[in-house]
Amino acid sequence: MPQNTRRLLRGIGLVCALALGATACGGSDDDGSGQKQVSSADIDAALKKGGKVKVWAWEPTLKKVVTDFEREHPAVDVELVNAGTNKDQYTALQNAISAKKGVPDVAQVEYYALGQYALTKSITDLAPFGADKLAKSYSPGPWNAVKSGDGVYALPMDSGPMALFYNKKVFDKHKIKVPTTWDEYLQAARKLHKSDPKAYITSDTGDAGLTTSLLWQAGSRPYKVDGTKVGIDFSDKGARAYTETWQKLIDEKLVASINPWTDEWYKAFGDGTIATLPTGAWMPANFASGVKEASGDWRAAPLPQWTAGAKVSAENGGSSLALPELGKNKELAYAFVEYANSGKGVQTRIKEGAFPATTKDLESKAFQNTEFPYFGGQKANKVFAESAANVADDWKYLPYQVYANSIFNDTAGKAYVSGTPLSKGLKSWQDASVKYGSEQGFSVQK
Amino acid sequence: MNGPSSPVTTAPPTVPAPARSPGAAPRLRTPRVRASRRHTAGRPRRSVLLTVLTGLVLLYSLVPLLWLVISATKTQEGLAGSFGLWFSGDFALWDNISTTFTYDDGVFTRWFLNTLLYVVVGAGGATFLAVLGGYALAKFAFPGKRAVFAVVIGAVAVPGTALAVPTFLMFSKMGLTDTPWAVLIPSLISPFGLYLMWVFATEAIPTELMEAARIDGASEVRTFFQVALPLLAPGTVTVLLFTMVATWNNYFLPLIMLKDPDWYPLTLGLDSWNAQAATAGGDPVFHLVITGSLITVVPLIAAFLLLQKYWQSGLAAGSVKE
Repeated sequence: MPQNTRRLLRGIGLVCALALGATACGGSDDDGSGQKQVSSADIDAALKKGGKVKVWAWEPTLKKVVTDFEREHPAVDVELVNAGTNKDQYTALQNAISAKKGVPDVAQVEYYALGQYALTKSITDLAPFGADKLAKSYSPGPWNAVKSGDGVYALPMDSGPMALFYNKKVFDKHKIKVPTTWDEYLQAARKLHKSDPKAYITSDTGDAGLTTSLLWQAGSRPYKVDGTKVGIDFSDKGARAYTETWQKLIDEKLVASINPWTDEWYKAFGDGTIATLPTGAWMPANFASGVKEASGDWRAAPLPQWTAGAKVSAENGGSSLALPELGKNKELAYAFVEYANSGKGVQTRIKEGAFPATTKDLESKAFQNTEFPYFGGQKANKVFAESAANVADDWKYLPYQVYANSIFNDTAGKAYVSGTPLSKGLKSWQDASVKYGSEQGFSVQK
Repeated sequence: MNGPSSPVTTAPPTVPAPARSPGAAPRLRTPRVRASRRHTAGRPRRSVLLTVLTGLVLLYSLVPLLWLVISATKTQEGLAGSFGLWFSGDFALWDNISTTFTYDDGVFTRWFLNTLLYVVVGAGGATFLAVLGGYALAKFAFPGKRAVFAVVIGAVAVPGTALAVPTFLMFSKMGLTDTPWAVLIPSLISPFGLYLMWVFATEAIPTELMEAARIDGASEVRTFFQVALPLLAPGTVTVLLFTMVATWNNYFLPLIMLKDPDWYPLTLGLDSWNAQAATAGGDPVFHLVITGSLITVVPLIAAFLLLQKYWQSGLAAGSVKE
């Protein structure tokens, strides 16, 4: 299976390279010919006329949004299909695009994966539909992720401003203070593991998403992307700060090696084996449904800082809805995406437990004052909303981040299983990413 | 053993004269204790090491099944909070089974029926084609037979997984992806089954019998159905079991071909439930995945138990020259 995935991804790369050749290193503004402005009147007319919209998404709250949307626009039939989760769906989508058959009208794409579709122009620029006027309504992290040059390639669906989730019961039991810096986090890890050898501050078996998010927060900007010119460098100051701290956590065996998203992982949150989790603000819903036995024990705190007193955050996860270029019924598809990610659908999704990307909702009183029974009545959204506002907006992912992430465990991830230093591991991730990029026709500088 | 000049045969006999004749005499004279020490095919020598190793292999294959059965009796919380190989306090098996069938608008039933469809039409069709083809190759001479042989042997060596992506591209050109045909058509071809039937038919059907049927005026179709098919039954069941297991467990082909959960087989469906735990806002339903897996295993076990007597006689066919 991994072999096949790799082969498929290599195929994707090839398609990318061919498309790049055909568009003569994109970014030029000569593609205005095919792009016509779509007014809101056009969209309203399309809604009246009706038709079918096929949506590929795994986000659970969309079910309710689809029901509401269809009730409001009876002529429109939205077919919501779960075509697999993240990587599985991207493979399926890329297959469909290569085959030019069975391409959905709307597809859920995570922020880190958008680059590859935007660069090959396999998703539609939404600016002519009026999406460029929505800049102010989204928080900086997600908006920066969907925008490339003058183009807007998707509408942000949710966001993942990071926070530190911690088990208050465990912290209280061992009289540990909630860490505000990563140095304090390391101290807390030592103290916790010393007083209870079965408990760990967190679990990490090598996760590309977490590493890139923490680099983002530390001020490291490993990826430079300008069209097809790509730079990769994991040796800046921020990356050093990250590797030094995380190396100590690994060397002193302070992180548990439990694979994320397994039943063992959920179990470890419940029984106190794992005491904290630095991750995106979408996590509470997963806690509530997956770790029922620890209800009331957990709290959310601001993400620890790399320099004391700073207020810098990063995004982890989050996805958008995009319109594949080969999809049909663009006006209708856009109408649905707009409804779900900017219009009335946002409130529905918040009620079902999703974390929004829209500033209006993030700042609203009702949202910020929501009490989380799971977090012992804490108004956790205040922590998350503040984090969302503090996300630096100049982060970039590679145009082939899906591939890069897929080889993380073969390179940087070695630091977690063998004695390879994390900094060396990142270097070999860099080398492998550079090599792949060059093979695919990108001009890559190290 | 080494021929007539071998010293073994020429050496003076160490056994009393009657024992040399392969008749009943030695058996009569041998005391019971000795008889039990003799190592014949029916009563092989006991070995502690082999027994222990076999025991380990048995444990290795049964423990996961035991775990599956025990885990299916637990709730989601019990699953997280108790030791894997023993029951937790709450016995939730019946609850789990009914939830498995009702969760997500009862989509599990749909996946179950899909799997049945793929198995009945796919594996059944594959078996029928293999029997027809094997019979024809074994009993009829026609030009190009050696070429067919080469193609079949070559096809056995290519794993279906490697062909899945090219098949996807071909099927999508034909507009067949995301329909049950995309799973059914590739399932109909079983090169290994064809080869097995070919070998089996060569041994199992005496050509004289076919000639007799022809002389009696039976048509070729009738000869096949009334003379050959009953003789082929053990081989047919073997091939049926192989193709059934392969189709029932098929994961990669449907994964590539199908996007619409309404057409998923059980393997893909359970995987999508499992993946739910790993998405933002997703609902972890490990207890349903486990119960669903148990339900998925049951029909296969039933098929093996029902068909095993045919299967066993089929495996031995052709191994001894009469």
